[in-house]
Amino acid sequence: MIEVNEEYCKGCNLCILFCPRDALEESETLNKKGVHPPIEIDDRCNGCRLCELICPDFAIVVEEEDKKLTKKQQSKKCCV
Amino acid sequence: MKEKKSVNIVSGKKIQEKYLRDEMMPHIFCNGCGLGNVLDYALWAIEKEGLDMDKTVFLSGIGCSSRIPGYIHADALHTTHGRALAFATGVKMANPDLNVIVFTGDGDCMGIGGNHFIHAVRRNLDITVIAVNNYIYGMTGGQVAPTTPEGHFATTSPYGNIEPPFNMSDMAKAAGATYVARWPVFKPHQPINSIREGLQNKGFSFIEMLSPCTTAYGRRNKFRRIEDLWAHYEEKTILAEDHDQIEKFGTQEERKALKDKIKIGVFHRETKKSLEQRYQELLEELK
Repeated sequence: MIEVNEEYCKGCNLCILFCPRDALEESETLNKKGVHPPIEIDDRCNGCRLCELICPDFAIVVEEEDKKLTKKQQSKKCCV
Repeated sequence: MKEKKSVNIVSGKKIQEKYLRDEMMPHIFCNGCGLGNVLDYALWAIEKEGLDMDKTVFLSGIGCSSRIPGYIHADALHTTHGRALAFATGVKMANPDLNVIVFTGDGDCMGIGGNHFIHAVRRNLDITVIAVNNYIYGMTGGQVAPTTPEGHFATTSPYGNIEPPFNMSDMAKAAGATYVARWPVFKPHQPINSIREGLQNKGFSFIEMLSPCTTAYGRRNKFRRIEDLWAHYEEKTILAEDHDQIEKFGTQEERKALKDKIKIGVFHRETKKSLEQRYQELLEELK
């Protein structure tokens, strides 16, 4: 999950440029600074955190989804 | 039974909550500037290394890069132009238990503080210096810096720079630094590892970061778009190991192409006695 802090974004679009999975695109809304902050495209992010690291403005935070955990937990539950 | 190693999982959210001053954000750096990245990488390295922020001091001189410590939730010294390393010497010698990290720029470190830099390296203080090289005096309006490459444009060189530039990493190595590395900001993981190594190293660690300056440097050198400037850095840099290999075994054309390239990587590792160790030894001798 990619969370974008729209107030911090200055619109450099480096996250869109660097993303290896093309999981980000410009949104249609404007923020206070008058730029289009990025928005996540569903089901493309693999959680590599490159956008989080490459963002110079601390505007992006990547949170890993618990997909794998839930699967494991489910399988454990099945075994029991 | 093997014990599982506890892994310190680092995430952006954790770093922002733990280290950044909320009231200072969003930061003042220009759109597309790499200084935010340098701050980010330094914080990642500090978090991975597990430094105690009560025993860490950040120092800086004057310039764009020297605003970085203001955003970190820790003690910081914002000192006079070029004298960050002189103040760092005082801090480290007064209390050797402190971790001292210096953020400095190319104008601050090589221009005004050139002599302080050479002598701090010569003494081999146990500090980590992160020098941000953007090839120009960014804050004062884009004048020629000691690191501006030949032929590049600045406010004070409208027909192209005619002076040969300093190579910061080579100078640190020649003066006797124990850890020297240079990385561009578009590679995140290598600088984080380098800063970690610098923090572990008992001696003068020098990490040069190549950071694009969009406002003062890019605008005057035909990189009007942020993507162009960042792509230019990506094209122009080459790993030091690759550079050596091509010099040995490459064809003539390949060697010709090397001329304009900037080497990146870890250049030097060494273990030497630091100034504090020598001082402690002297004190024990005199007891």
